[in-house]
Amino acid sequence: MSLLEVRNLSVAFGRRPPTLTGIDFTIDAGARVGLIGQSGSGKSVTALAVMGLLPEYATATGSIRLGGTELIGRPDALFAPMRGNDLSMVFQEPMTALDPTMKVGRQVAEVVRLHRKSSREQARALTLDMLEQVDLPDPEQVYDAFAHQLSGGQRQRVVLAMALINQPDLVICDEPTTALDVTVQQQVLRVLRHNLDAVGAACLFITHDLAVLSQVCDQVLVMLDGAIVEAGELKSVFTDPQHPYTRGLLATARLDQVAPGSRLPTVADFYRRPERTPGTEVAG
Amino acid sequence: MKRASLWTGVVLVGIVLVAGLVSLVWTPFDPNRVFPGAALQGPQGAHILGFDQLGRDLFSRVLAGSQICLIVGVISVSIAALIGVPWGIAAGMLKGWPSELLMRVADILYAFPALLLAILFAAARGSSTWSAMTAIGIATIPAFARVARAATLSVMSSDYILAARASGTPYLMSAVRHVLPNIAPVLGVQASVSFGMAILAEAALSYLGLGSPPLVVTWGRMLREAQTYMFNDPALALWPGLAIAGAVLGFNLLGDGLRDLLDPRLREAV
Repeated sequence: MSLLEVRNLSVAFGRRPPTLTGIDFTIDAGARVGLIGQSGSGKSVTALAVMGLLPEYATATGSIRLGGTELIGRPDALFAPMRGNDLSMVFQEPMTALDPTMKVGRQVAEVVRLHRKSSREQARALTLDMLEQVDLPDPEQVYDAFAHQLSGGQRQRVVLAMALINQPDLVICDEPTTALDVTVQQQVLRVLRHNLDAVGAACLFITHDLAVLSQVCDQVLVMLDGAIVEAGELKSVFTDPQHPYTRGLLATARLDQVAPGSRLPTVADFYRRPERTPGTEVAG
Repeated sequence: MKRASLWTGVVLVGIVLVAGLVSLVWTPFDPNRVFPGAALQGPQGAHILGFDQLGRDLFSRVLAGSQICLIVGVISVSIAALIGVPWGIAAGMLKGWPSELLMRVADILYAFPALLLAILFAAARGSSTWSAMTAIGIATIPAFARVARAATLSVMSSDYILAARASGTPYLMSAVRHVLPNIAPVLGVQASVSFGMAILAEAALSYLGLGSPPLVVTWGRMLREAQTYMFNDPALALWPGLAIAGAVLGFNLLGDGLRDLLDPRLREAV
């Protein structure tokens, strides 16, 4: 049995036409699954649906099972204890994902204390250990810092620490490196891979960057306009894409194959999207 | 000058605070002591502001008047904040009709002027400093509720609330952990501005005779008594009037200054 089984998931916001339709995918324990697609294709909505954090006015139908437990329709009082413990999430923008008024160390320690009985000192010790795991030099100093006193890369490591400290089975990363520059991106990805291995967690990695995807993932889901159009092993999808949209995505990334002086390829060269129903576009 | 309004506010509020504290233990003369034959006399000797219509030392009375103004400010703002802030946070965190209901009740309360409420209280329970403070406090609740709700809504839509919930923080617990600390600056500004309004309201109430009893020295009552002698001795109205204006101005400038200080965009500019 897979760790996460998503069956026929549809999400609609208010009375608008559904944003996601008939999403099916599974994630095995310890697997690294990339979810790729352009802005507005529904990647973040998928993530929030799995986390059970969709806004009130959104309705999700279908089935999401984590370790056999049905998550859709699960009351928040039962769902909240699972978040941060069985599944957790890393957000795109590390500046806004940390509370500006709380020391970052306390925010990480809070995640420990929410889920297991532990004293302040125990939680602090675990946190310091975790901060070291995510390659933060001088954890003591970082512990007592506020978010605005840290650099972007340091903040994102703190966010990683928050997501990983309880050794969840599934970590959802929503474009965790998009807000970072390329060198810091490499370091954060390395830390992420290392810690996912250490914890043995599966990962749903959302991105629109094929290079980042290929560094982290071994399976890939391609999303377009609220539906998954292609799924498979990273290698086979990259070498033998089936859907024209995927072919377009890959072609736009292979700039080394473009003859100098000729026009750069665009996705539209490979795939014409059908007319869209107005109002189905969503953020992220 | 950098932050001129903040510093003017700090100085004015500081003067009122010092006056209030000093007058607790010391005033040049007992503010209620009558010097026979000195009524309406101008400044002389130790009596640097002269005497009022009954021959009491005016400077001591202006000094002592700051006590009531501070007490009224503290108590009524506390009443308003203690009820208004949880009210506003609740309205911001609840969804649908319970939230609407809370805010509509606040609107109804808002439509009720503090003066009317105070008259009501005075009629029911007799006029006293307490009834004035309670009336002003209750009338200020909606202001706090509105500010707290607006600030809560903006905090609740932020990423760190989502991140906190993704880490397993129960929805309502996030109010204490994350909402309250993040809306505290806004509430501080509101408290400062409300403090000024409370002083003004109290002065108006004592002026109308709806506030503290006669032996308690208040600036509003001093103004009321001075108006009879307006043409004989305008200084009698001038000093308590200045005191009220200074105190209210001070708290408003302080509130404004704090707001500028806390607004990050303006802070960058400075």
